[in-house]
Amino acid sequence: MTTIETPQASPTTDAEKQALLSVRDLGVSFRTEGGEARAVDGVSFDLFPGEVLGIVGESGSGKSVTSLAIMRLIPDPPGKIVSGQIMYGGEDIVQKSYPDMRDVRGNKIAMIFQEPMTALNPVFTVGMQVMETILTHEKVSKSEARDRAVEMLEKVGIPEARKRLKDYPHQFSGGMRQRVMIALALVCHPNILIADEPTTALDVTTQAQILELMLDLKSQKEDSSIILITHDLAVVAETCQRVIVMYGGKIQEVGTVEQIFTDPKHPYTKGLLASLPSTSEAKQKRLYTIPGNVPALHEMPEGCKFCTRCSEVVDRCHSEEPPVHQLDSGQLVRCHLFEEEK
Amino acid sequence: MAEPLLEVRNLTVRFPIWGGVLRHKVAEVRAVDDVSLTLYKGETLGLVGESGCGKTTAAKAICNILKDTAPGVIEQGEILFHGKGEPVNLLELSRGDMRPYRQLIQMIFQDPFSSLNPRMTVREIIERPLIVHTDMTADARRNRVHELLEKVGLQAAYDTRYPHEFSGGQRQRIGIARSLAARPQLIIADEPVSALDVSVQSQVINLLQDLQDEFDLTFLFVAHDLSVVYHISDRIAVMYLGNMVEIGDAETVYRQPQHPYSQALLSAVPQPNPSKTREDRIKLKGEIPSPLNKPKGCGFHPRCPLAIDACSKDVPQLAEKESGQLAACPVT
Repeated sequence: MTTIETPQASPTTDAEKQALLSVRDLGVSFRTEGGEARAVDGVSFDLFPGEVLGIVGESGSGKSVTSLAIMRLIPDPPGKIVSGQIMYGGEDIVQKSYPDMRDVRGNKIAMIFQEPMTALNPVFTVGMQVMETILTHEKVSKSEARDRAVEMLEKVGIPEARKRLKDYPHQFSGGMRQRVMIALALVCHPNILIADEPTTALDVTTQAQILELMLDLKSQKEDSSIILITHDLAVVAETCQRVIVMYGGKIQEVGTVEQIFTDPKHPYTKGLLASLPSTSEAKQKRLYTIPGNVPALHEMPEGCKFCTRCSEVVDRCHSEEPPVHQLDSGQLVRCHLFEEEK
Repeated sequence: MAEPLLEVRNLTVRFPIWGGVLRHKVAEVRAVDDVSLTLYKGETLGLVGESGCGKTTAAKAICNILKDTAPGVIEQGEILFHGKGEPVNLLELSRGDMRPYRQLIQMIFQDPFSSLNPRMTVREIIERPLIVHTDMTADARRNRVHELLEKVGLQAAYDTRYPHEFSGGQRQRIGIARSLAARPQLIIADEPVSALDVSVQSQVINLLQDLQDEFDLTFLFVAHDLSVVYHISDRIAVMYLGNMVEIGDAETVYRQPQHPYSQALLSAVPQPNPSKTREDRIKLKGEIPSPLNKPKGCGFHPRCPLAIDACSKDVPQLAEKESGQLAACPVT
């Protein structure tokens, strides 16, 4: 087992594959009344072609800020990318100018958001919004763009798409709006789709339809990848191949979906999984709980971020930030407990 | 069979839709349509369904707070409360007569941010039901507030703080303390954990179960998260488009759902188990229709994989199935 500062998590199936997106030592901080808050701290990971990568964490874990940083959508001020690189296609996204970013956003990397009502512009028709994306990125005529928009809306399962081009977002239901968002995101065939809590605002039966649709569209474009950001472990289990677990702005564990769900290593991951109500076996009387609350960012403890709530805490956790350990299985864990196993 | 605490009989709630220049009634939504259910003393009944199915409206009707906000919306039905000996129909009570019953029926809300008054201290918030419903002295009230705070796992010294100083989970505990203050018999919890982080959710669920054991409470637990509902409930009721489509023992409804909608709903719930395949999932066509133009007959028939001709004609009634629960489906 080796200890490394910059984890190079690779899929166990094909370690030779070239990463589509490499995030190295990403740090994002926000100026707040309570001082500087480090929302994302030293995050490094790779996204490989064709995979669905899940990032799970609770509120304040930094999962959404990480995805916004990849899109360079961190509001500045108060936020700022303070360190790190985001390599895509041989270039560092962090160093790109705003005009250069327009070529990336929507065209190469696209994003869908949790709340489709606030993410769509209420004063433009759905058709206008889908067409705008096409016209921004490609040299096509308006009528061609309209045909493409119709085709895309049909692909995401909106009935009578041509008629509905003239409708405004409020005339769509929540599930249909999220379909429009997906159409908007995928119409220019991006390589990477970042989905930030895409189904959290939806009902379960609609959630199942939307997840199905996302995976289906991904499989139609070879080597395109999805980063799925969610707090819902069950959604991750059903859709992702690899999982990153975040807490307190740091990556705590990385592994394949089987490793994370059947053999979690980090005490936080273990706690999260244990606190879910089990439905497969007989009912347990009490649920396992992780004590305490997620601390606010400026109240994060010294040392390991999880030390105030950890059930396996040792003295040095309070003073010394644990490094990331790579286990023989390929799993990455940020925890002092795994040092002794050398 | 256990003693009933509350019986809802044939409850129908209709909301008018106002529109046009003169604000006249243009349509009507039947949010709750002929729903009957019984809550037994000491049990937890889970009420599940997707958005717009009428579960929250039903919960509000039971608290009898619909009458005040929108008069005339309760078209028919009885809500019989057995908490004070003889059953009383809450819907017939005047506001003043309702007050002693309000003390016994309390609510916990979904959003711990908007359900606590930001300008009141924690003590004022929890004390409020004591001032309204009891004649306790100021000292006795303060002691009771401290006792309640400790019961829900907060420090008594927090009583002078304001809601914004707490996290979501702690706020939900304050809401729970408030609901317990006046010693209720029935607690209606409307999505009490859905706004909380996963690691805090299980704390609040355990707290609710502990308090239920300690104070002999009856819960109506309204939620959309089926795994949470299954965990906490003794019985489960499933609603779709204002109708009750299935009700029965939690284990039976969860393991052997009989209504096709319950079956689809359960199979859509993602499982935290990567080895489970998505292949055997029941895929529903389309979306929940707007309650404004509810389909004729069974509300579910346009999306139902098992629908027969009769489904589009008559509204199916709840009937006992072999596995023991009641389900409103003529096919299964």
